[in-house]
Amino acid sequence: MPILTKDEAQALLKKVLSYSKAEQCEVNIYGGDSGNIRYARNSVSTSGNISQSTLIVSSAFGKKLGTATINEFDDASLQKVVKRSEELAQLAPENPEFVPFLEPQKYAEPITFVQATASITPKQRTDAVAQSLQVSKDNKQVAAGFFEDNKAFSAMMNSKGLFAYNTATNVNFSVTVRTADGKGSGYATRGYNDFTKLDTKAATEIATQKSMKSAAAKAIEPGKYTVILEPAAAAVLLERILFDLDARQADEGRSSFSKAGGKTRLGEKLMDERVTIYSDPLNPELPTSTWNGDGRPHEKTTWIEKGVVKNFSYSRYWAQKKNVKAIPSPNSFIMEGGTKSLQDLIAGTKKGILVTRLWYIRDVDPQTLLLTGLTRDGTFYIENGKIQYPIKNFRFNESPIIMLNNLEELGAVERTVSVESNNNYLIPPMKIRDFTFTSLSDAI
Amino acid sequence: MKRRDFIHLAGMGASAAVLAGIPSFGKAIPPERALETIDVAQKKQMADVALNAARSKGATYTDVRIGRYLNQFVITREDKVENIVNTESYGMGVRVIANGGWGFAATDKLDKDSIAKTAELAVAIAKENSRLLSEPVQLVPQKGYGEVSWKAPIEKNSFEVPVKEKVDLLLSVNDAAIKGGANYINSFLFTVNEQKYFASTDGSYIDQDIHRIWPTFFITKIDAATGKFETRNALSAPMGMGYEYLNARPQDKIKGPTTLYKGRYDMIEDARAGAQQAGEKLKAKSVEAGKYDLILDPSHLWLTIHESVGHPTELDRVLGYEANFAGTSFLTLDKWESKKFNFGNKNVNLFADKQQIGSLGAVGYDDEGVQCGRWDLVKDGILVNYQAIRDQAHIIGLTASQGCCYADSWSSVQFQRMPNVSLQASKEKRSVDDLIKNVEKGIYIIGDGSFSIDQQRYNFQFGGQLYYEIKNGKIAGMLKDVAYQANTHEFWNSCAGTADESDYRLGGSFFDGKGQPSQSSAVSHGSATTHFKGVNVINTSRNIG
Repeated sequence: MPILTKDEAQALLKKVLSYSKAEQCEVNIYGGDSGNIRYARNSVSTSGNISQSTLIVSSAFGKKLGTATINEFDDASLQKVVKRSEELAQLAPENPEFVPFLEPQKYAEPITFVQATASITPKQRTDAVAQSLQVSKDNKQVAAGFFEDNKAFSAMMNSKGLFAYNTATNVNFSVTVRTADGKGSGYATRGYNDFTKLDTKAATEIATQKSMKSAAAKAIEPGKYTVILEPAAAAVLLERILFDLDARQADEGRSSFSKAGGKTRLGEKLMDERVTIYSDPLNPELPTSTWNGDGRPHEKTTWIEKGVVKNFSYSRYWAQKKNVKAIPSPNSFIMEGGTKSLQDLIAGTKKGILVTRLWYIRDVDPQTLLLTGLTRDGTFYIENGKIQYPIKNFRFNESPIIMLNNLEELGAVERTVSVESNNNYLIPPMKIRDFTFTSLSDAI
Repeated sequence: MKRRDFIHLAGMGASAAVLAGIPSFGKAIPPERALETIDVAQKKQMADVALNAARSKGATYTDVRIGRYLNQFVITREDKVENIVNTESYGMGVRVIANGGWGFAATDKLDKDSIAKTAELAVAIAKENSRLLSEPVQLVPQKGYGEVSWKAPIEKNSFEVPVKEKVDLLLSVNDAAIKGGANYINSFLFTVNEQKYFASTDGSYIDQDIHRIWPTFFITKIDAATGKFETRNALSAPMGMGYEYLNARPQDKIKGPTTLYKGRYDMIEDARAGAQQAGEKLKAKSVEAGKYDLILDPSHLWLTIHESVGHPTELDRVLGYEANFAGTSFLTLDKWESKKFNFGNKNVNLFADKQQIGSLGAVGYDDEGVQCGRWDLVKDGILVNYQAIRDQAHIIGLTASQGCCYADSWSSVQFQRMPNVSLQASKEKRSVDDLIKNVEKGIYIIGDGSFSIDQQRYNFQFGGQLYYEIKNGKIAGMLKDVAYQANTHEFWNSCAGTADESDYRLGGSFFDGKGQPSQSSAVSHGSATTHFKGVNVINTSRNIG
């Protein structure tokens, strides 16, 4: 559906609330369009365009809550959806963990919307992919990739007077380039709010170089190695730490941040003192929404400071029970880095392994946040400050918490995309000692 | 819904507003609305509007899917109902070939004008993309079936069962676990009804009604003194069944170190056992890393089959269509063409099907209007076939599609997805005890746990729920911190035999992820308990200070 302006959204939500007879009522609306192109074997495979919208009404009587949704916005439909949510609330069992809706909040003005992305045409999408394909074809390589853009708005209002509004755009691009004989493979990924920052040609050139240089990989023994993780590889490990920072899980004794005797690791130094991780919805390189779905403001929050666990995220219920500020879990995060480039990190490495991408990450033990997964699409042996030769891929078993204790050096921060969650992050490339590879893989 | 969203939901008890914000959940509806259906004649009319609009803009082939996807989630923890959500997602996806290339568009506005515009947009996208094609799409011929229908053979529609009955069941499950010593339990009942209508310019109008159910729980037991905790997940399987799955009869239970379930499930009994076993896991011996024989229960082996057999035999992966995300496959065409590639040894027979009653993959027709069947993938250890759809069939010399096309929503474009892939049970009479008594040093693994495999499906690592040490042909006690790592080819060549058909059971997943944007599909994998020799086992315990 078209993006509603702030005034249009406010007027629509006011009208919905005017139909409410519940003790409390809250209305959320989401809408937008997304477009994508997929390609493989140097040719377009599928592509599509999806347009959707949803209006959600939550009505509460005491601790009984009912929710109903609709995607038609005429007056009769709006009245119907409000009535239905009220009927559902009357039928629902009492939820002892119900927390009344929020009072009005103050939000910073979001900076997540870029017009150039919102007005992408099918031709621009195809042109961006054509530039990528040209690079792979010119180098006699085979490319497979994905280009996806989104434009969306969201708004919410409740009977206590809270109102929030946001618009956002995003474009994610990834490409895997392989040699024609399948013996080499390289990868690059980019994510932006602003489509004009995306250079599919440059990203594909990197993936192509990795592909060509990764053919004829040698096998080296699994074991503990110094690794340089590129940001895309580090992202899929670091995000697991952030996903695990939920206060209730830790308080209940069932996360990696729990301790004996019902205590938690909040306030403890768990990682190297160069590790600082925070979220900031107004970071110009990685802006995110300034409010979350239940109306809480997203503010700049430090999660790990100089290796110390500074904050947990809370549901409103758990924060009330613990009598602490209900900090919502972040939409993204930023890890502080240094000034060195990836090349500088390689140049300063006597012996080590460069990792382009990690893949199929799964929890092995939630107690220690032990994860397993594999390297992929460009793994190289470094000796005396230079990439010497490509090596076969490895399976690792490693905890990102242990890994950030074994930190050697951080490079300059850049925006990257997690291949696991599709989230965007600002992360430096990082050099880690004693990273645990447990077996070899023949996969290319 | 994506697997990650479900995990988030499972862990956090997400609000209905959060659920509705995830497009594939659809919209929340009152429970009784799920029993309403949409008139077939009305769906045919809407489909014809799209078929005609696409044709008039120059499409040479069009298919239309009108989908109504109903989900119900009942979510509880300990003595609380966290959420009850009913969602409905209803809309249309139009796929066309124009100028030799595919185009797709979808809408949830189903008036004639919106449908026609969506079909026109699909054609415009196909034409725009055709300039990047290296060769035109080639569809293997498919006859039209006219107006036909298929319904899953369920006994009791889950959506007809009152929500209160479901809530009472889950709270009884939780009570059994807490009384059994669990500190926490999260339990879920997840039911699905897909009402799918397919129409194409080949002359098919296919109406289908598909049901799925998945009851499950996660138990946590904490040792307060040490701060250590262990978990035990349900040994249920998601099934292509109605509510009858939750009515277990004595003949559905298999007795052993823990009770296992065949075709029906006793959730309360499993929760009681689970609470006790989570406590036992805390005190269990940490495994010594090394080579062990593995006896794998079907509640565990389904996932190993899924990852190491199901995925590498997907033809789109073999050809490179998934190279950027899910990956490619080690089962390259030359291995299949040689007719002598030993995927496994002679004990290994693996078949694909979309027909097994009660399986998640069972449908009458796939999402491009092809009637479904059964075929061999690995015969006496030799790779003999793949999984293909209409635009791939010609590549492996097939004259018809194998019916493996699926989309997880009306708003997603259909593509090649895994059918049920299963390991044939032994034709000779053989019990699980017969397998165990031949093992000198081994581990008997029950339930699925951690899983990870590389992008060409060579190197994998799996954990489970319960690990029992086998010493000199007998079960010697419980182990923990177990995961096994192997190479697919070596693993299936170390198969020392399976139990017989009487032990054959289905496991499966609601959330097999593939594609960009990522789509989920539900798929089952059957097997009897199976013996593998000399597999590398690692110890997964660590210390973070």
